[in-house]
Amino acid sequence: MPLATLVTGVIGADTHIVGNRILSMALEKAGYKVVTLGALTPAPEFVKAAIETAADGIMVSSLYGQGEIDCRGFRDLCDEAGLGGILLYVGGNLVVGQTPWPEVESRFLAMGFDRAFPPGTRVEDVLATLAADFAARKRGERFDATLPTPWAARQGAPR
Amino acid sequence: MTLALLVDFGSTYTKVRAVSVDEARVVATAQGPSTVGSDVTIGLQAALERLQTAIGRVERWRWRLATSSAAGGLRMVTVGLVRELTAEAARQAALGAGARLVGSHAGRLTRADLRALLALAPDVLLLCGGTDGGNRDTIVHNARALAAARAGSERVFPIVVAGNREAADEVLDALPEAVLADNVMPELNVLATESARAAIRDVFMHRIVHAKGIDRARALLDDVLMPTPAAVLEAAQLLSQGTEGRDGLGPLLVVDPGGATTDVHSIGEGEPSLPGMVRLGLPEPHAKRTVEGDLGMRHNAHAIAEAVGEPALAAEAGLAPEEVHELLAVIAADVERLPASAAERALDDALGHEAIRLAVRRHAGRTETVYTAHGPAQVLHGKDLGGVRTVIGTGGVLVAAPRPQRLLRAALADPARPQELMPRQARFLVDRDYVLFAAGLLAGVAPRCAFDLARHSLQEVPDDH
Repeated sequence: MPLATLVTGVIGADTHIVGNRILSMALEKAGYKVVTLGALTPAPEFVKAAIETAADGIMVSSLYGQGEIDCRGFRDLCDEAGLGGILLYVGGNLVVGQTPWPEVESRFLAMGFDRAFPPGTRVEDVLATLAADFAARKRGERFDATLPTPWAARQGAPR
Repeated sequence: MTLALLVDFGSTYTKVRAVSVDEARVVATAQGPSTVGSDVTIGLQAALERLQTAIGRVERWRWRLATSSAAGGLRMVTVGLVRELTAEAARQAALGAGARLVGSHAGRLTRADLRALLALAPDVLLLCGGTDGGNRDTIVHNARALAAARAGSERVFPIVVAGNREAADEVLDALPEAVLADNVMPELNVLATESARAAIRDVFMHRIVHAKGIDRARALLDDVLMPTPAAVLEAAQLLSQGTEGRDGLGPLLVVDPGGATTDVHSIGEGEPSLPGMVRLGLPEPHAKRTVEGDLGMRHNAHAIAEAVGEPALAAEAGLAPEEVHELLAVIAADVERLPASAAERALDDALGHEAIRLAVRRHAGRTETVYTAHGPAQVLHGKDLGGVRTVIGTGGVLVAAPRPQRLLRAALADPARPQELMPRQARFLVDRDYVLFAAGLLAGVAPRCAFDLARHSLQEVPDDH
């Protein structure tokens, strides 16, 4: 039995597939069932794939700076399709320009993502966060609220 | 001489072909009326008697095989989960099995869906949903709903189940008599229709043929193997791929404009034929069949005229619009009519031309331009048929047309519509003896004979445009 089923892909008109592929391979190795949608994936396709595969989480990558537009309404799409409460992660170069990360993060959390990961996130950190969040779900919580956000964790980490 | 008897129970005629197995040639053809409505053997006997006057009494046939599209064809309803995913895979499986789709559902069946479904009384229902290990609630819900709805009904149609394998036990608990096949989509975006197709064909051969009274011809035949469109698809595959000692023709397209529908079969991967194109979505079947239920030379001549407009149809036929209008009324009043004048012949050619053009356009994939950070990219939906170099025409209108190449040209790409991925150029072949169904039947027992039989019938008509 896999730990959980996760849908991965690069959203919108974004062709940057390498980071997403590395993440997908790491997730698989860690024991997850991974449904890879690859590059150039419109938001509704993540949702359709999650329905058909009964996924426990969706992990959205965006590297080209347009993520905010592509991801708008993502949680609503999930709710509408009957995937209420599915775990949603997003990560990458989510916006263009000099916006400070905490502001970017709060925008994506407001959109309904459970976690937003900044550029340069290590795969191990994602795996640890996933494990903690799925453990929290078993306790009936939406995610592990005691965990610092990926950004906060990085700020506290030794350089 | 070793002979094979190949029969097609059609909706209008019962067609028979006597084939010399050694020479892989048709030695005699005949037809009788379609008598499936009363006793199927009457039409077959009539056809066989005509065959006998041509070649004398045959003591022993090596094979006696038949296809059937009579009594409405193989009427199927498909059920899946997501419209573009397992529901689409279910449709592809049914079409590949030669079915006529009379309904397709996605998601949970409602009471209204179930009422409509029972009223349709399909020959077979294909129940799918969920990847292996994926969603199980919907297919289990639908199985229970179907069981409950059928409990009070006399119309018990066979059900083939080809969904999430982890839900199979619960589905079979609800529908113990259902036939189980492998999931049509075991992994997301992986199309695996072969097992479901085989199960549907098996149900057809052992149950539908009986239900429709076609097995009364048992004494005159060995087996009624498959629906006619499935046999044509088999023949198309054999011609494309070849067999031991015979090189195939490669990727190809078969167009079959019939009286009520127009079938299109494409064999080939349909990968992007131009550089820089990315394919998205569900992979396409290598052997793909589509049926256009609104494009038919007789029952749906009006629908063709509506789709292209009577003035455009008149221009294509070289007739006055008023004349076309009148002739369409004549056809509507007498759907078994064969062209009796030059004007009717011209209109038939124009109808065939337009049916082929629209049907191939719907069958073929299309490109869409997506603007990425690196500039525009071409995204492919469906099969790119741009590189297909062989177009085969079968059916009465093409055989009767004085210049079938004019009709077959309609299957080619229109330079003014570059987003439609139809063949850019091709050689045209016409199935002169109408033997593709026969070759499809023989493909299973004598593939080389079947290949040669089809190949001999295919006459090249030069594209002299």
